[in-house]
Amino acid sequence: MRQDSNLITKSGNVLKNVVYSPKKSLFYSQRLAPYVFIAPFLVIFFGFYFYPVSYTIIMSFQEILPGQIRFIGFDNYARLFNPTFYKALYNTTLYTFWTIVILIPLPLIMAIILNTKKMKAKTFFRACIFIPSLTSTIVAGVIFRLMFAETETAFANSFLSFFGFDSVNWKQNGATLMFLMVGLASWRWMGVNMIYFLTGLQNIPKEMYEAAEIDGANAFNKFRHITIPFLKPVTVYVLTITLFAGYKMFEEAYVFWEINSPGNIGLTLVGYLYKEAFQYNQLGFGSAIGVTLLVIVAILGFIQLKLTGFSSNGGK
Amino acid sequence: MSRQKQKKLGTILLLLFMLIPLIIAVFPLLALTLASLKPSTELMRYGLNIKPQFELWSLDNYTYLFTEGRVYFHWFKNSIIISLFSTVLALIFSSMVGYSLAMYRFRGQGIVMFLVLLIMMIPFEILMLPLFRMMIWLKAVDTYAGVILPMIIHPLAIFFFRQYSLGLPKELMDSARIDGCTEYGIFLRIMLPLLKPAYGAMGILLALFSWNNFLWPLVVLRTKEMLTLPIGLAGLLTPYGNNYDVLISGSVLTVLPIIIVFIFAQKYFIESLSAGAVKG
Repeated sequence: MRQDSNLITKSGNVLKNVVYSPKKSLFYSQRLAPYVFIAPFLVIFFGFYFYPVSYTIIMSFQEILPGQIRFIGFDNYARLFNPTFYKALYNTTLYTFWTIVILIPLPLIMAIILNTKKMKAKTFFRACIFIPSLTSTIVAGVIFRLMFAETETAFANSFLSFFGFDSVNWKQNGATLMFLMVGLASWRWMGVNMIYFLTGLQNIPKEMYEAAEIDGANAFNKFRHITIPFLKPVTVYVLTITLFAGYKMFEEAYVFWEINSPGNIGLTLVGYLYKEAFQYNQLGFGSAIGVTLLVIVAILGFIQLKLTGFSSNGGK
Repeated sequence: MSRQKQKKLGTILLLLFMLIPLIIAVFPLLALTLASLKPSTELMRYGLNIKPQFELWSLDNYTYLFTEGRVYFHWFKNSIIISLFSTVLALIFSSMVGYSLAMYRFRGQGIVMFLVLLIMMIPFEILMLPLFRMMIWLKAVDTYAGVILPMIIHPLAIFFFRQYSLGLPKELMDSARIDGCTEYGIFLRIMLPLLKPAYGAMGILLALFSWNNFLWPLVVLRTKEMLTLPIGLAGLLTPYGNNYDVLISGSVLTVLPIIIVFIFAQKYFIESLSAGAVKG
């Protein structure tokens, strides 16, 4: 590969001894160019990713008070064994579970319908269902809080009273708050996941179905043996981002209760981290929560990829 | 004949079925828009409902935004500045990395690719505390730079540009080199124009991320005039409902520009999302 001073053309001819001025040659050489292109990335990676991650890990073993920092071993981690942390972990896990249960099958069904030949006005439906993804969680939260307000005349409660049910204090109790948070996430993400599945469906070669039809396969067989295997990479991708987003959840809870909710019914892991670090100035303990979150996400991600047999080119 | 009818019936059933998610998706936004036309006291007392009360409708909430609700315009301006800069910078740096990963073979290439994937895995929330201390040290708390800096590398964008660059004609590189074009000249003058659709698709997606970004700006920004739209609006969500006039009309004005862009550039939105799913 020592051919810096030579150029190889497309047809393979080597142009010998192309002369560069010595000063220019290094910066402009083909060998250095890629490093120049990635240099800003490396600077940002080390400054804003590598350093902070290492520092979070170090801080999680420290007690940080104004003016004095001391190492306290695993004390911060020992403090994690408390009911508030369990509650945060429970809320986060339950939320993640429900978002996965809703945000994979429903968008898949919608994508399949939008991909059938019989369906009309596909672009219109696709666009309209995608629109909620354009809103921020906060705006979506404003809408949800108004629609699910406590008053009897608010949309959700007037709907219930129409069918003869009592009004519900949506925000005030654990189960209905979970319903609101999952509902909010589902409303915003349904369209995005639908687009992911649609893309996956459109990448299935039509000849596969035609060949199957010739072999006498019925609709169910085609779905079972062509659609599902081909959709596997997309499904793994959607599952992964839903899982990660679930454990990182913060905003969906914040719009209903900000940081402090009665009985911590709206506390999530990131909310707990934020509360300890920014409200109580417990940077060390906050970091321990962060590192625990990282470990949880890494383990879940690993298990999930093992179980689903991740392969980036499975569909091709 | 009957087969044709059956087909038609199927289509109608499918349309009816898809009408459910369509209504669930669109109705709340419509309800919010209608609510923004009503006096806020009405909203506070009755919550959001869909009774058409034409006699109550007015643009008062919007004129309030333009006159007394001045701080809203600071938020709007801040959101635009922050979104613009973080999107443009992220596009520049991510396209450079993606391009070089696709077009060159160099030592350490695998490591760079691994680092990109690693960033995708690390939850940003974990970086928050050291980053915040770093911002204090850089004196970047409560500034635009503080919000923008950590956002100028985006792993998904790098990935997208790599995939897109793999499809660029490498022969052009060779002939440009023979003509005496430098490596950077090749990127800027030959490849950049070819990457235009990629910039369009990723630009829209990154701008949307930035426009709706919440946690990091919440940590960095402090004074009322420096907040972005989501943070400012979140602050108005008090249990007393005394800010509902700004909150509701402000929320509508936050979403509206994006929906308008979406209507015109739908194809780009969908393309940029699809790139993530297929290559993920």
